[in-house]
Amino acid sequence: MYAQMVKSEATNDDPELLAAFQARIDAGEKIEPKEWMPEGYRKTLIRQIGQHAHSEVVGQLPEGNWITRAPTLERKAILLAKVQDEAGHGLYLYCAAETLGVSRDDLTEQLLSGRMKYSSIFNYPTLNWADIGAVGWLVDGAAIMNQVPLQRTSFGPYSRAMIRICKEESFHQRQGYDLISVMAQGTPEQKAMAQDALNRFWYPSLMMFGPGDKDSVHSEQSMAWKIKINTNDELRQKFVDQTVPQAHYLGLTVPDEHLKWNDDKEGWDFSEPDWSEFYDVLKGNGPCNVERLEARQDAWNDGQWFRDGLMAHAKKSADRRRAAKVAAE
Amino acid sequence: MSNEWPLWEVFIRGQHGLNHRHVGSLHAPDSELAMRHARDVYTRRNEGVSIWVVPSSEITASAPSDKGPMFEPSNAKVYRHPTFYDIPDEVGHM
Repeated sequence: MYAQMVKSEATNDDPELLAAFQARIDAGEKIEPKEWMPEGYRKTLIRQIGQHAHSEVVGQLPEGNWITRAPTLERKAILLAKVQDEAGHGLYLYCAAETLGVSRDDLTEQLLSGRMKYSSIFNYPTLNWADIGAVGWLVDGAAIMNQVPLQRTSFGPYSRAMIRICKEESFHQRQGYDLISVMAQGTPEQKAMAQDALNRFWYPSLMMFGPGDKDSVHSEQSMAWKIKINTNDELRQKFVDQTVPQAHYLGLTVPDEHLKWNDDKEGWDFSEPDWSEFYDVLKGNGPCNVERLEARQDAWNDGQWFRDGLMAHAKKSADRRRAAKVAAE
Repeated sequence: MSNEWPLWEVFIRGQHGLNHRHVGSLHAPDSELAMRHARDVYTRRNEGVSIWVVPSSEITASAPSDKGPMFEPSNAKVYRHPTFYDIPDEVGHM
């Protein structure tokens, strides 16, 4: 899940309007930007969509790290296309957030100052090529679990962005699984790299869904508003059930000694991740928090002269066109 | 951070013979770059054969609160639909 611990806002609106709004959502209607909505709905969505967009953008960094070192031209082209998709996904989501009345610059500023978060997963490093496979397979796999139901979310622009993203995301997961299966079927050293990548990415991927339902204080209102469709634990269970057989197929071992098939629930029993690590990463103490934020700040600051230059050129050209038109008249 | 690029709405014709359809929006300093960005952001997988970009500020939209007066009158005009009229079977297809 790319949005974790999104705090839902209390809302102080007219109870009659609120009831009518809730009835529209319950009837499965989509809410469009200019229609009336509770302030809490608007604020919670800005936070959630913004965090989701930031995650897509920051998510380019761990993978972009390997573009120049991809082992073949084909893998390089694939990785480049995937990272370009992530940029696109960020842009779809920023635009959806902007329809709620927040500006793009404001969102960027909130990311760069650390006031808005991005998914904890991107604060882990990609140490070798097998990690690129693990990211596609596990991280995109976990993201898809959350994004597929969000296609039905109540806010129109968010739902439409999710539909586009889901169409493209399946390629991301499949190329990752394809990559890691080549490693798992390669030399013993390559197989060991694949196993090591799974070992390191397994628990951080489980954390992507956010804390367990009993500790997830913001779920109820968000679920009533249909901006959250499933609980964190439901999605995590689904992810484990889907992923464990995929790991076994590759001859890889899920790094959990308590992993056990449970006939009664027709799913796997598994160990919880270390939640203190999760909270620590969110606080900024993960292995790459500082590096990721610095990379975004540098990109923004180093690009300033270029953005301003293009804007100045656009203004000048428009003025020149206007002057030429006046002269012609 | 105040020199933000303006917002553009993007419309794409998916296939020959279809209408352009709104697909989303993006920021760009001018129409030329809006076009290039639209191509990169919205047609990475063969989604289109033609693109329109329009400054968002140039779009006039109907207000949600006008929905009733704008669209409800046509509900009452059932005679605008062919099914309003009973044509005897003997007449054949019409």
